[in-house]
Amino acid sequence: MSKLSVPVRKFDAVIVGAGGSGLRAAIQLSEAGLKTAVLSKVFPTRSHTVAAQGGVSASLGNSEEDHWHWHMYDTVKGSDWLGDQDAIEYMCRKAPEVVVELEHFGMPFDRTDEGKIYQRPFGGHMSNFGEKPVRRACAAADRTGHAMLHALYQRNVRANTQFFVEWMALDLIRDQSGQVLGVIALEMETGEVVAFHSKATVFATGGAGRIYYSSTNAFINTGDGLGMAARAGIALEDMEFWQFHPTGVAGAGVLITEGVRGEGGILRNSTNERFMERYAPNAKDLASRDVVSRAMVTEINEGRGCGPNKDFVLLDITHLDPATIMKRLPGIREISIQFAGIDPIKAPIPVVPTCHYQMGGVPTNYKGQVVGDDGAPVRGFYAAGEVACASVHGANRLGTNSLLDLLVFGKASGDTVIDDLRSGEIGLRDLPADFADRTLARLNRLNTQTGGASVNECRLELQRTMQKHCGVFRFKDMLVEGVAKIVEVEKAAAHTEIKDKSQVWNTARVEALELDNLVEVAKATMVSAEARKESRGAHVRDDAPDTPANPNGRDDVNWHKHTLWHREGNRLSYKPVIMKPLSVETIALKTRSY
Amino acid sequence: MDDREKLNRLRWRCTRRAMLEMDLLLGEFLERVYPTLSPAQADAFVTMADMEDLELWPLVNGNREPDDPVQAEVLALLRNVRVK
Ligand SMILES: Cc1cc2nc3c(=O)[nH]c(=O)nc-3n(C[C@H](O)[C@H](O)[C@H](O)COP(=O)(O)OP(=O)(O)OC[C@H]3O[C@@H](n4cnc5c(N)ncnc54)[C@H](O)[C@@H]3O)c2cc1C
Repeated sequence: MSKLSVPVRKFDAVIVGAGGSGLRAAIQLSEAGLKTAVLSKVFPTRSHTVAAQGGVSASLGNSEEDHWHWHMYDTVKGSDWLGDQDAIEYMCRKAPEVVVELEHFGMPFDRTDEGKIYQRPFGGHMSNFGEKPVRRACAAADRTGHAMLHALYQRNVRANTQFFVEWMALDLIRDQSGQVLGVIALEMETGEVVAFHSKATVFATGGAGRIYYSSTNAFINTGDGLGMAARAGIALEDMEFWQFHPTGVAGAGVLITEGVRGEGGILRNSTNERFMERYAPNAKDLASRDVVSRAMVTEINEGRGCGPNKDFVLLDITHLDPATIMKRLPGIREISIQFAGIDPIKAPIPVVPTCHYQMGGVPTNYKGQVVGDDGAPVRGFYAAGEVACASVHGANRLGTNSLLDLLVFGKASGDTVIDDLRSGEIGLRDLPADFADRTLARLNRLNTQTGGASVNECRLELQRTMQKHCGVFRFKDMLVEGVAKIVEVEKAAAHTEIKDKSQVWNTARVEALELDNLVEVAKATMVSAEARKESRGAHVRDDAPDTPANPNGRDDVNWHKHTLWHREGNRLSYKPVIMKPLSVETIALKTRSY
Repeated sequence: MDDREKLNRLRWRCTRRAMLEMDLLLGEFLERVYPTLSPAQADAFVTMADMEDLELWPLVNGNREPDDPVQAEVLALLRNVRVK
């Protein structure tokens, strides 16, 4: 296909992604009367936001006294002081407003007897600057994400948002000056490649948890927004920070809730030893997530893993009364039978620490504008949700803050687009002559490649490399080796071959294009992690241990800064953490302990 | 649409879902069991693959039963799928 044949459609705004963040942004834009297109790889209500069960946080104070400033403190502390305090203040202050708005959009929140939104406790939510637990999480039974997505979708239908479903955005369009002018996208049903030419482009493409072999994320999370941004010369921020959950089913990744250990589940190694007794003599199997995860990895690395490859440990509930399992842990038996092939009443479940959430992403400010290396906004480009790094989660996300992030920054990005349009900051500019060249070259390469590597094998190699070399617990030599290995994977991925060369519903092509994005994210993660010579939040290195000078291995003197990974040259630069909030005093650096 | 196109569309809708559990189960089912289904069962499966995850999950888990007898046949096969 030549670029002359790439049709162009014009919009005021194009949003890539129809999860919580994309739909929230779309409401602002469509309701303001802007011609708004939302592209999604799947029908909007199939976005991964559906999987969120826990809830969304806001200091409504419906059950007991609460304050946004306390929420802010918890978030800064949770982030291990890597979060930007202006963005964190903005998010926590806005939380009550966006949650109540969502209620008005029709979200069926659980309610108190007086009819207010019911709030429940959640790890890390405290009152009075870390003093005691507070009820801050708002939920709709165990289907908060699902209910949220439906409420937002309905509101968009009402506002006439135009949806492009089963379309995959492939690349960002930028002109000479760096301004973003839209995206190039592929319609799966026809194989047609179309330019969405717009005044504003909002990325809301979600996370990239599929870079790991073991991940709780659905298959869709291939980091397309990160790949597109990186290819267009936007540096990615803090990509070394990934949150892991200790108990994903080995292989499948499906989450086994903490409740299993709460009910008496025990972790065992290949010698059948209850190893947590050695790592956490008091809390044992109920120690905090990161402590349990690291103990599991240490067992595996020291050769006490189970199975033919000695690469998992066992979660044992065989000593529990089957009636208790059925009653207190519903669904766990089915999950274990279906995804591990094991009936947990009879045999222990194989588990490994599993990738769960991406803290880093496309750098933005608290208005949802993507920012370049100089800190100035990239004109015409906005991002929100898991793809973005505002940065409110810093080195470690607090539970329920992600759904909040979608609402607050989805809305903020929409509002900023409207402001930037009104002020004339952005407008429709001509497409450069070569706007489609890079994308068409990629597609052409796939259409003509023979004798190349298989997409599946490349993806597996990438995932195994990330899991082994850049997992929950990191080792200097493994990271150095990991960088070399991931560069090898990149080389192979540049020559993937697909047998199917057809146009219509060519899923092999789409998967090859997704792999391109996984590769960018994997490189960014490995390179950023290798370079950061401290432990902070979710990034924990064996060679940066807990010492009096550097509690928990955190080295503020040298490493209290954000990483920026640049695709060109596979190199890094750094920028300071924003310590000055918008209106309150800085929450000063302190050791993070609970 | 020809058969390849239909199958690929179904593959996309089975393996790009909201929940990982469903990606894994439906993906496995599509490769192993779907080719053995009768035409009526295959149609029923396509309908089920179009359901949202939180509609389908209770059916798969046995917490709900479908009204349609052909769907029930397919579901019995789906419930037996093991992803390893
Ligand atoms: C099992 C699980 C449980 C969780 N529970 C909670 C919780 O209780 N509370 C909480 O706060 N957080 C939770 N999280 C995290 C939270 O759910 C996610 O971070 C959040 O939903 C991401 O929303 P999003 O809008 O950024 O992206 P998503 O909802 O992932 O949506 C991404 C959208 O982008 C589209 N897209 C992607 N690439 C392209 C492309 N190339 N072209 C076109 N469209 C594209 C997709 O089709 C989709 O519509 C959980 C996560 C998991 C995995």
